[in-house]
Amino acid sequence: MSNEISKFQDPGLPAHQHRKSDTDPKAEKRAEQQVAILFLISAGGTVLSIASYIFIKPGKFVFLPIMGDVDAHQLFLGLGMAIALLFIGFGAVQWARRLMPDEEVVAERHEFRSEEVDRKDFVNTVKERAGVAGLGRRTLIKRSLGLALGLSALTPLVLLRDLGPLPKKQLNKNSWDAGTRLVTDPGDRPLRPEDLEVGSVAQVLPALKNGEERTLENIGTDAVLLIRLRPEDFQLNPERLSWTHDGIIAFSKICSHMGCAVALYEQQTKHLLCPCHQSTFDVTRAAKVIFGPAARPLPQLAITVDEQGYLVAKQGFTEPIGPSFWERSS
Amino acid sequence: MKKSEKIAGNVANYVDERTGAAKWLKKNLTKVFPDHWSFMLGEVALYSFIILLLTGTFLTFWFDPSMREVVYNGGYQPLSNVKMSAAYASSLNISFDVRGGLLMRQIHHWAALIFMAAMIAHLMRVFFTGAFRKPREANWLIGVGLVTLGIVEGFLGYSLPDDLLSGTGLRIAEAILQAIPVAGSYLAFFAFGGAFPGHVFIPRIYTVHILLLPGIFLALITVHLMLVWYQKHTQYPGPGRTEKNVVGYPLMPVYMAKAGGFFFIVFGVTAFLGAVASINPIWLYGPYTPGQISAGSQPDFYMGWLDGLVRMSPPLETHAFGHTISWNILIPGLIVPGILFTGMALYPFIESWMTGDKREHHLLDRPRNNPNRTALGAMSIAFMLVILINGGNDLIATHFYLTINQIMWFTRIGVFVVPPIVFIITKRLCLALQRKDREIVLHGRETGRLVMLPHGEFIEVHEELSAEKKYTLTQHEQPRALEVPDTDGRGVRNPQGIKGKLRARMSQAHVEQVSAPSESEAKALESGHH
Repeated sequence: MSNEISKFQDPGLPAHQHRKSDTDPKAEKRAEQQVAILFLISAGGTVLSIASYIFIKPGKFVFLPIMGDVDAHQLFLGLGMAIALLFIGFGAVQWARRLMPDEEVVAERHEFRSEEVDRKDFVNTVKERAGVAGLGRRTLIKRSLGLALGLSALTPLVLLRDLGPLPKKQLNKNSWDAGTRLVTDPGDRPLRPEDLEVGSVAQVLPALKNGEERTLENIGTDAVLLIRLRPEDFQLNPERLSWTHDGIIAFSKICSHMGCAVALYEQQTKHLLCPCHQSTFDVTRAAKVIFGPAARPLPQLAITVDEQGYLVAKQGFTEPIGPSFWERSS
Repeated sequence: MKKSEKIAGNVANYVDERTGAAKWLKKNLTKVFPDHWSFMLGEVALYSFIILLLTGTFLTFWFDPSMREVVYNGGYQPLSNVKMSAAYASSLNISFDVRGGLLMRQIHHWAALIFMAAMIAHLMRVFFTGAFRKPREANWLIGVGLVTLGIVEGFLGYSLPDDLLSGTGLRIAEAILQAIPVAGSYLAFFAFGGAFPGHVFIPRIYTVHILLLPGIFLALITVHLMLVWYQKHTQYPGPGRTEKNVVGYPLMPVYMAKAGGFFFIVFGVTAFLGAVASINPIWLYGPYTPGQISAGSQPDFYMGWLDGLVRMSPPLETHAFGHTISWNILIPGLIVPGILFTGMALYPFIESWMTGDKREHHLLDRPRNNPNRTALGAMSIAFMLVILINGGNDLIATHFYLTINQIMWFTRIGVFVVPPIVFIITKRLCLALQRKDREIVLHGRETGRLVMLPHGEFIEVHEELSAEKKYTLTQHEQPRALEVPDTDGRGVRNPQGIKGKLRARMSQAHVEQVSAPSESEAKALESGHH
């Protein structure tokens, strides 16, 4: 082991090396001119920026390699600004490096710990003052104060109550019901089974009743994907098979993991994929999760056709739509 | 006396006669700051925060934080007559109809990315050099707080335009809230004013984004800087630099010019990026509706690791007694990040506990001279990178012709395997670098110059290091492990028990070092050689 005494000694700060601009008046003059030129380039940048603002009409495009077509107005406005700012910076830094004193200065540090006397005095003062206030003795006051302070924090919390309604059963609800027609989104047209070819997908919503408006909250629970396969492709139990119609199967489009729209359908593998976290659902097996973080299949909507031959829901969803929540029972 | 000097004198006189600040100002205007490129990382963060305040204020003049439905008929033709929120319409308006609006939006977004990247880089610098040690623990905690708030602030910021991508992000945030046991549905309904997405969320996060969080940032940054000022900056070891001094340049004029100039450089670079590099082109995504989504939905990079964790989580849910607990959301979304950030905040206290070191430190460590800490840091970075890779698994899959399943399984296993391997390799690397330092101090630097001796032998000439260099490479401490005996002097079992053993074990790992060469060793070698 090396011992402390024979450590290499600190040789102290190395001797200062003068710059050329410190000793040579010509070099100093040159440095001064350099700095001034940098500041003048900056001024030019501002001119470019303001000229672009006034004279280049938005909507003209110029081609930049890698970036593609860029709006000339905002490009030159920004470039002018960048030049104006950058060269103020370059000038100032150059000024500091070439012309300002570059001799290193040493300042002393002091330990933050106070003198022992002061520390003792401080502790004594705290003790004495606390004693004057009776902090050690008056337990009744201390406890009641603690209670009062604690309780007073409740008021702001209570005041936040009206931020929103109580959830009640709302997370279990959606607009689907027995006999609700499936209509296209967008377009709100009712669909017949023959409108869907084998292998195709359609996004549908429940038909609006008279006078109803569709809100984003509705879409967030009601969006449904229709997928048509060959009936023999299904590997479903008899109940779930009876929920399909002529090879058409319907699932909630809202991911059972975190509520994103499950929008990617791979026709070859018959898988549905959520673009957010890549949960993958097998359409032929009632949207069973075959990969990714989702823990539950997408809810299946039972469908059939009405007297006029339009696709309708046979019944509402049998479980809540979307991500899990504490009160969800299955 | 020159006219400018006379004016300066008058100003100083005016200020002092009203505040008595002459003494304080005299001392502080010439305050010494050490110079090193790595000290600029925190500066970049500070300056990009100022850029965010300036450009953000500009954006508020036109942004309408409302979810009221409007029909768009502005400068962007492809979305003409489309129904959308006023927030989205006004963001389009800023991008297409306000001159310079798109530039400001892009500078704002780029500055936010630079702000986060600079804070993270600054945090790493502070960690790897041990700058968080006593007396700077409080500033470390403030820094961890700033990074955490920065993630929230950035997320709220890119959620404001209410486009399809950001709406999807909010949907995920709502799902995380909703997954909290017992209170989840209530918290979600209170936050969104009812069912998702509701009509109040954008105005609410607007207030948080432009008032509440920036206010907290300003307060924390002020305290952060005041502490740096008061405690004086740390410095790298070297000749003439000790625990008792600061070696550097005075604030006025050198640092005023350098730091002031550097602010303009950071602003200029951000403006350049805003001018040429398109970022967050919200008009391509369209307005938010819960029934739609774009492929390749990605958060900004500082959220990517969190998304990657959520993506790799196994499909675990518990259904019992009529209730549901979503482990697949709770673990990656709340529990693991909670552990990570708590661990990071507590690290200075953990290290001081395991080394038993309660002294002040103002000289920084060269990362190699603290192999255990450096390896721990590298391990944490490796963990973050693995989960960040998974956060971009869809894009990596399409760019590199891999399947998502391959990347997911690689990262699911890698997240457990890669960090420990990185720990071991980094620790070995540090020790190897120490050995190299030792080698060149004792034997000099290889010059590559071969000399033939009279009897025909070839030798390579080694050049002795300068005294300054030798000191820099050998000045670091050689800490000894804490000794925690099993029994005390009278044979009574140590009451610290397992905790004590753990502490001794950790301390031992922490002090593993190649011993620095001493002058006497060098001398002994010299006399032996020749």
